[in-house]
Amino acid sequence: MNKPARGSLLSIEHLDDKEIVGLLKLARRMNPLKPRPLLRNKRIALLFYEASTRTRSSFEIAAKSMGAMTTLVTSSGSSIEKGESLLDTGYTLRAVGADAIVIRHPAAGAPLMIAKRLDIPVINAGDGMHAHPSQALLDAFTILKHKKSFKGLQVAIIGDIYHSRVARSACHLLSRLGMKVILCGPPELVPEFAVSLAPRLRITRHIEEALRGSDVIMLLRVQQERLAGKKIHLQDYMARYQMTMARLKLAKRDAIVMHPGPIIRGLELTSEVVDGPQSVIVDEVHNGVPTRMAILARALGKA
Amino acid sequence: MANDKSKPASLLIKGGHLIDPAAKINAPMDILLRDGRVAEVEPPNKIRGGADERFDARGLIVAPGFIDLHVHLREPGQNYKETVATGTAAAAAGGFTSVCTMPNTAPVVDSADWVAWLRHPERGGVVNVFPIAAATRSSRGAALTDFIALQRAGAVAVTDDGKPILEDDIMRAALKLGAELNLPVVQHAEDTRVTEGCSMHEGPTSFRLGLRGMTAAAEASIVERDVNLAQQIRESRLHVAHLSTSDALKAVRRGKRGNHHARVTCEVTPHHFTLIDENVGEYDTNFKMNPPLRSATDREAILVALADGTIDAIATDHAPHATHEKEVEFERAAFGVIGLETALAIAITKLHREQKIPLTRIVELFTAGPARVFDFPGRGSLARGNFADVTIFDPKKRWTFETAKSRSLSHNTPFEGWQFTGKVVATIVGGKIVYRAD
Repeated sequence: MNKPARGSLLSIEHLDDKEIVGLLKLARRMNPLKPRPLLRNKRIALLFYEASTRTRSSFEIAAKSMGAMTTLVTSSGSSIEKGESLLDTGYTLRAVGADAIVIRHPAAGAPLMIAKRLDIPVINAGDGMHAHPSQALLDAFTILKHKKSFKGLQVAIIGDIYHSRVARSACHLLSRLGMKVILCGPPELVPEFAVSLAPRLRITRHIEEALRGSDVIMLLRVQQERLAGKKIHLQDYMARYQMTMARLKLAKRDAIVMHPGPIIRGLELTSEVVDGPQSVIVDEVHNGVPTRMAILARALGKA
Repeated sequence: MANDKSKPASLLIKGGHLIDPAAKINAPMDILLRDGRVAEVEPPNKIRGGADERFDARGLIVAPGFIDLHVHLREPGQNYKETVATGTAAAAAGGFTSVCTMPNTAPVVDSADWVAWLRHPERGGVVNVFPIAAATRSSRGAALTDFIALQRAGAVAVTDDGKPILEDDIMRAALKLGAELNLPVVQHAEDTRVTEGCSMHEGPTSFRLGLRGMTAAAEASIVERDVNLAQQIRESRLHVAHLSTSDALKAVRRGKRGNHHARVTCEVTPHHFTLIDENVGEYDTNFKMNPPLRSATDREAILVALADGTIDAIATDHAPHATHEKEVEFERAAFGVIGLETALAIAITKLHREQKIPLTRIVELFTAGPARVFDFPGRGSLARGNFADVTIFDPKKRWTFETAKSRSLSHNTPFEGWQFTGKVVATIVGGKIVYRAD
């Protein structure tokens, strides 16, 4: 089997340090209001096997604003419904002339699988519980907008880490950028072996400990639809791990609050935190566009 | 097979070194096979008189024919994956003279008719085929099959392989009836209530890959339960299939100790004593099987148990699947790997050369060990009068496994391109050479 095509974005681990820095710099240069037509005459297939609001729309807007044509293929209303395999769907999109494929899939490793079989860049827009590298990059981009540098910063990632591709990619990327990462949640959602994911990781079961000294607080939704046998009592969870204004005071005064969305107000965080002055949740969504512009420009060799 | 006209009446295997653990022989011996049986076993050059055919075994190990307690030949109903003919050809190439087939076919082998059908010469088996029948109807875990009729038709054990028997009452009833008939109950130990949606072992690697993991406890808890049940039933026979965890081994050790009248046995596969969960790499579906590849600690425990005698047999769990069932998303890919042609080579390379386990013990794990587990009268040893099933191998031959040359219909192996030491040279079933290396 082949190596993925140059420009593919499959996971943070597949990027070297230079590529990470390059992507973040490029994202900073991207202006969604005055985009350059870097992708004119390019065709980008958006292959979405799972629901998505933020990721799909921002990839689509990023692509179109740089002049690319996009086609959206979802699992309903396509031959996927008739039982076409993922590989055959990939071959089909290549055959109709796609220059790159952006894929979201419920199975971990699916983007890598098609990337190994196609000669065009494949961009992972989220695969199962595995990775969501464009989200991690836009989060890093957001952090850098609010902090001078990554070095020495402490981030607390709180909530359902087990089921979260966002958390996995964030751990890899933020650790690589020199941040200290504290994972916080109950053992069902933050297993002990999670520390082996990347260097500079540690686990605490106490939110107070996670917050103390943190510069960045990243909250995650409890993915109840993925729990599959794991039992979580939401009342207990909220009592121990919900982000409230009172708890937020434990963090550094200039700490920022992040959340990849979708947020469930009143569960993992209160409305006051969502709408409070330290929240950069809307900013993250906003930063999705320039970050994905950079990812697409790199994918198609226009950067 | 018995009526095959091409079979020579007698075959003299000359100049080889016999390892026959059941007979406690580890010495140069000549062996004369006649009319499908072992006629004479004597020190070099002591056998007088002629033979229709001679086999020059100088420099080679001669052993009783290997017995594989756990293979999937996929018939009836799944002959796009494997057939009795192709699967037994692969078995012969791997040195196996007898294979025990699993009943999770389409339909499930849960009737005497299907057992007889599997054993019929028309299936084209080139080695002995011993069906293991389903323990419950359609392996649904609800109602026991007709053990008496199945045994009479030739079933050597019962199991719901692939689906464990979860209900205590059903398992107890199966062990009880098995005890009366002296029929082993084989259990695929997995608490499927806690493994739904899981595609590998639960640990740092599954976490990194974002895959749901099967815990070691999901295996061990069933083995513990089964050992407890077996110990309450006199003469019961529990065989733990493809054991993969350290904790399950502890339960088996407990089952083997103590003054109970239950017989608890277990098998392990070459992939479980060779590979670990990390080898899944980046979602390589040729490393996806059930039970999954476990932690390094589990593998270490299995290596100890192979050496110290806790483990009764090496079984392949040969599980062929078509390409389209493996070239899919990891979570959707079929569980299982082929293993008949690589088992001995892996055992010699990994257990003998790396772990320094003596060849006599390795041969035991392929012969006397499995023969005891299911009671194969006249097999597992080359005592005079026994069946003329013989495996001849070169313990020093270096070779590379190429899946493309496999005799199996399927090519799903984690060992593509592996370099091994130790290779089967000839396989003899009922006195007839059914495989000879080029």
